[in-house]
Amino acid sequence: MASARAWLLADSPTSRLQANLGRLYRITGMLLRNPLAAVGAAIVLALVLTAIFAPWIAPYSPVGQSLQDRLLPPSAEHLMGTDELGRDIYSRVIYGSQITLTIVLLVAVIAAPVGLVIGAIAGYFGGWIDRALMGITDIFLSMPKLILALAFVAALGPGINNAIIAIAITAWPAYARISRAETLTFRNSEFIDAVRLQGGSPARIIVRHVLPLCTSSMIIRVTLDMAGIILTAAGLGFIGLGAQPPLPEWGAMISRGRTFILDQWWVATMPGFAIILVSLGFCFLGDGLRDVLDPKQGDKG
Amino acid sequence: MSFEPTTEPASATPALPGQKGRRALKTAGSFVWFVVTIALTFLGLLAITFFIGRVIPIDPVLAVVGDRATPAVYEAARIEMGLDRPLPVQFLDYVTDVLTGDFGMSVSTGRPVISDLARVFPATLEMATIGILMGIAIGVPMGVVAAARQGSWVDQTIRVFGLLGYSVPAFWLGLVGLAVFYARLRWASGPGRLDIFYDGLVPPVTGLMLVDTLIAGDYDIFWNALDHLILPASVLGFFSLAYIARMTRSFMLDQLSQEFVTTARVKGVPERVVIWRHAFYPIRIQLITVIGLSYAALLEGSVMVETVFSWPGIGNYLTTALLNADMNAVLGATLVIGAVFIFINKISDVLYRVLDPRAR
Repeated sequence: MASARAWLLADSPTSRLQANLGRLYRITGMLLRNPLAAVGAAIVLALVLTAIFAPWIAPYSPVGQSLQDRLLPPSAEHLMGTDELGRDIYSRVIYGSQITLTIVLLVAVIAAPVGLVIGAIAGYFGGWIDRALMGITDIFLSMPKLILALAFVAALGPGINNAIIAIAITAWPAYARISRAETLTFRNSEFIDAVRLQGGSPARIIVRHVLPLCTSSMIIRVTLDMAGIILTAAGLGFIGLGAQPPLPEWGAMISRGRTFILDQWWVATMPGFAIILVSLGFCFLGDGLRDVLDPKQGDKG
Repeated sequence: MSFEPTTEPASATPALPGQKGRRALKTAGSFVWFVVTIALTFLGLLAITFFIGRVIPIDPVLAVVGDRATPAVYEAARIEMGLDRPLPVQFLDYVTDVLTGDFGMSVSTGRPVISDLARVFPATLEMATIGILMGIAIGVPMGVVAAARQGSWVDQTIRVFGLLGYSVPAFWLGLVGLAVFYARLRWASGPGRLDIFYDGLVPPVTGLMLVDTLIAGDYDIFWNALDHLILPASVLGFFSLAYIARMTRSFMLDQLSQEFVTTARVKGVPERVVIWRHAFYPIRIQLITVIGLSYAALLEGSVMVETVFSWPGIGNYLTTALLNADMNAVLGATLVIGAVFIFINKISDVLYRVLDPRAR
């Protein structure tokens, strides 16, 4: 154990793998010393585990109806009560974690690389390429995100895939901004010049040398954005444009519970607690990551 | 909701004394630049709505007339929309239409979209305005107190409160508010702008219910309107409060760590004066930008809240149109919300530059 730790914390790592693992180890250590970040990491980890092991955690089927058990209040048998079709809300919330995780992962996987590459190209080349790309980015940035997503879904048609596409379309500009700013800080550094003098093409410089340096600020930003993505996806589901029934999407579940909010409060409120918990988890984790990876930025934004 | 500043700070070439003419020229220049950027951004917004309305749908005609239209209606709409012409020409026509206030007809209400929007917009404006006033009145003092007692339990509570503003779904908070304050406690009125038996009694002048009832001198309806407004406005206000408190706190912490604050304390200035006069006074300009941004964000957030409270504003109009696949109405509402959003954003950006001597 001690030798593994010494290997991880070695001052002169002998391989790239050792250096990366050592960095990861140090960051994890610092994160866990920050109480809010540790809580956030635990929540996010719990979300991932719940999504993977949903069939074993959930006591009932998420879609199995049982009309004689409809609208039962929370009890030992049904921890969060049942909905208007007698489905166990707890089981549906558990399965809903799969949908939420899918949405945030896909949005991150689509939007972050697109923004990263656009920003890096704009920052590296400068001139009119920069002005054109950043002009488009600024137009998207100054648009209200939720409204834009709504309009895109209206044109694409309701459904979870289109909701993901619409959210990704509204999410990339922020990443482009960040990676451009990062790129500008080191585009004239000597190590970039060195690669260029060795005959490295712009594509190679951007992919191999510029993008890796943007990743840490990108990871912070994506984590902080997760809460917003979850809320937008739930909002689309609530309006009826996101995941369609009988999928146990949290926003759509709240929407179904609207009719019963005055008497059977648990139908609408329970999925909401799941949304809040997971969003808070990502916020805490993002704040903590920012403190650890980017201490100079402090508590801005 | 995102709150990043949307434009780069102006290049800071300090104007030397005795260069009034050049400075006036520079001001005029930056004004022209402001008009140009705002026009370009609006053009971008139009390009996006055009793209959404005419390019993405496989059959834009069907999206406008609905699938129950007869072939004759369909053909007429196709020619009226000019879909037989090339896209750039169509876009030019679209821009001309929008600039002359022609947003097309709404299929679900059967009226021109522009008059629908004019009718519903005041309701949203009223709710968002009350919401932002609540956010300022509570959020700013909260942020100041949190910064003044950094690290204390007050500060921690306010921080968590601020993060809740990023993680609570607005529609959920609205529903819970209805369940608690309307159904259980009976402290607030239910959905809608007025009780049903007051409906239509007050002649609309401004469209703002609170103002109209006062003009009509009908105080019963005024109190009823306020009663209906207070819950949805508080839900909206919570989100601006969380953001404003968070930003005020971080601005105040910046100021309180400055040397002039230490100097003031060493001179024996009372702590209350240090906080409000020395530290708070300089951040008021930054706060204007923050308030502007969060006001714009509230117009957007009202979409969800209005849906929950059946509030007859632009957000409710938008969601109803979405569910009816009423594309003209959707795009019209998107344009108006987008335009107001962009305008407030740019204005607060300019205000910051005009008011802050360092950015001039």
